[in-house]
Amino acid sequence: MTSSAVVASVPSLVDGAGAAAPRRRPGGRRRWGQLVWVAPALAVYAFFVLRPLITSVQYSLYEWNGIGVATFVGGDNYAKVLTDPDQLGIIGNAIVLVLFFTVIPVALGLLAAALMHGLPRGSFTTVSRSVLFIPQVIPLVAAGIVWDWVYSTNGIANQMLSAVGLDGIARPWLADFDTALPAVGLIGSWVQLGLCTLLLLTGIAKIDPSLYEAARLDGASGLQVFRHVTVPGLRREIGVCVTVTMIAALASFDIVYITTQGGPGNQTMVPGVEIYRLAFSEREVGQASAMAVVLMVLVLVAILPVQRLTQRSDQ
Amino acid sequence: MNPNTRSTLAGRGLLVVFMVATLIPFVTIFSTALQPQGSIPTGVSWPSDPQWHNFVDAFQVANLGPLLGSSLLIVLGVVPISLLFAAFAGYGLAQLKVPFAGALFLVFVAGLTIPFESLITPLYYQMQELGLLNTRWAIILPLIALFMPFGVFWMRAHFQTVPVELSEAAALDGAGPWGAFRRIHLPLAVPALSSLAILLFLWTWNQFILAIVMVDDPLKRTMAGALGAFQGRYGTDIVLLSAGALLIMAPTIAVFLLFQRQFSQALLQGAVKG
Repeated sequence: MTSSAVVASVPSLVDGAGAAAPRRRPGGRRRWGQLVWVAPALAVYAFFVLRPLITSVQYSLYEWNGIGVATFVGGDNYAKVLTDPDQLGIIGNAIVLVLFFTVIPVALGLLAAALMHGLPRGSFTTVSRSVLFIPQVIPLVAAGIVWDWVYSTNGIANQMLSAVGLDGIARPWLADFDTALPAVGLIGSWVQLGLCTLLLLTGIAKIDPSLYEAARLDGASGLQVFRHVTVPGLRREIGVCVTVTMIAALASFDIVYITTQGGPGNQTMVPGVEIYRLAFSEREVGQASAMAVVLMVLVLVAILPVQRLTQRSDQ
Repeated sequence: MNPNTRSTLAGRGLLVVFMVATLIPFVTIFSTALQPQGSIPTGVSWPSDPQWHNFVDAFQVANLGPLLGSSLLIVLGVVPISLLFAAFAGYGLAQLKVPFAGALFLVFVAGLTIPFESLITPLYYQMQELGLLNTRWAIILPLIALFMPFGVFWMRAHFQTVPVELSEAAALDGAGPWGAFRRIHLPLAVPALSSLAILLFLWTWNQFILAIVMVDDPLKRTMAGALGAFQGRYGTDIVLLSAGALLIMAPTIAVFLLFQRQFSQALLQGAVKG
C-alpha cells in the first residue's frame, strides 16, 4: 500500500456505517440548502475517486493500448485474471503476504500485550512508543531501500548468519527464487509490528482488571486467561490490526516495487505492481483495469468478514 | 517473585527485542552511509574514518533542496483544502439536517477500502485529458479526493461528540449554521483538525505511486517519489544511496519526534476511531 494512509482508516467502515443514521439535531426539518456543506467534499471525491472507479470498470471490458481505438472484449480480461496461472499466482502472492503483514505482527503483538497485562509505565512507554512507531512514519520506499541492503549479499542478514556459523544458508535473499517472497513479507512484518503491538497494549490497558482478578481466583491457567479474558477483551483492537494490515498486504506496492519489482521471475509479483506494469509498461490498459477491479473486490471480500466478526455486540 | 511480575518482565523483554529488531536496519544503513564512497561495505562495521561529507554529497546529488520545496508545495496544496472540505462535510453530516446524510456518509466511507493502485490507471488518463500530467496538480488533486473518505469520517466523528445544546444555544443567540460553525464549532474542532493535519501531512509526504505515475521529473515529486528515482540512478553506489535514504527519511522522523505525542495519538486513533 502506498502508505498507512487509507489503511489506518478502514476499521471504521462497518461500525461507522452502522452509526450512519442521522441523530436528531436542532434546526428543524431537512433543508436542501444545507447540502452546501457537503458539496465541496463530495464534488472532489466524485470527480477524482468515483469517476475513475467507474472508468476502471469500463476500461476492464475493453482491449486498449492507451492511445489507439479500444475494442470491446466483454469479460475476456477477467477470464484471464481468474484462469491464467501467472495472474492467479500474483493474487496468491498477495494472500501469502497476509501471513507476514497480518498474522505475524498480530500474534507477536498479542503475546507482548498478554505478558504485560497492560501498558508499561513511565519512560519505558515513551521510549518504546517512539521506537516502535518509526517504521510507520518513514516512507515505505525508504523501508524498501533499507531492507534491500539488509538482505543483500554483503548485508547484515548474511553477516549475522555467518557470525553464528550458518554461512551455508547465506544468500542474496531477495534474488533467490525460494526466499524472495518470505523476505519481502518480513519487511511487512517489520513495518506493521509496532503499530499492532502498541494498539494491543493500549487496548489491554482498558480491560477491567477485576476480570483478571476473578479468573485468578477461579484458578484459571495463563492460557485460559488469555483465551477467555484477553482475546475477547481485545476483539475490537484485533479487528483493527487485522483489517489495517490485510489491506496493506493485499494492496502492497511501494516495498515490492523498490526491492524486487516482482522478481525473480514472478515470485514476488503482487496485484499493485502488476497493475502498474500492465498499464504503464505493457500498455494493456484493459487487462490492468480488470486486475484493479479484482483487487478492489479481493480487499472487500477479505475485510468484510473481519469487520462482522470483531465489531458486533460492542455495547 | 510473583508470577505477575515475572510475566511483566518477560513482556518488557519481548518489547526490547521488538525495539532492537526495529532499529537494526537503521543501524546498518547509518554505518554504511559513513563508509568511503565506492567501497563495498558489509552489514554493520563502524568505519575507521567516518565520512560525514557523504551526507553533503548525497544532499547535492539528490537535489534535496529543491525536493524539500517540491514536497512542501504538495503538502500545502493538499492539507489545508482537505481539512477545510472535511470539516465542512463532517459538520454538515453530524450537526445539520442535510438530506440523505446517512446515504452520503456511506458513499464516503465506502471509499476507505479502495486501494490507490485500483484508480491509478483511469486517474492517469483523466489527468492527461485535463492537461495536468507532469504538474504537481496531478498529485495534489487526486490526493485531496483520496483522503476525503478518511477526512469526512474523522471530522464527522468529532462533530458527533459536540453536544446538541451548543448549537441550540447558538441558534437562540440568532446565529445561523455558518455563525455557529465559525464561532463555536471550529474552535472546538482544533484538536481533531490538528491530528488530521498530522496524518495527512505524513501520508502526502510519503506518497509514492501517484508521484511516479503522474510526474516524470523527480524534482516535482514528493520526497518518497524522488527517492525511487534516486535509487534507480545510484542503486549501485550503496554508500551514497544509504546517505540519501537517511536524508530523505530525516524530515518525517524529525517531525515525528517533535510532535511525538500527537503523532502516536493520531496514528492509534486513526486506526481505532469508530
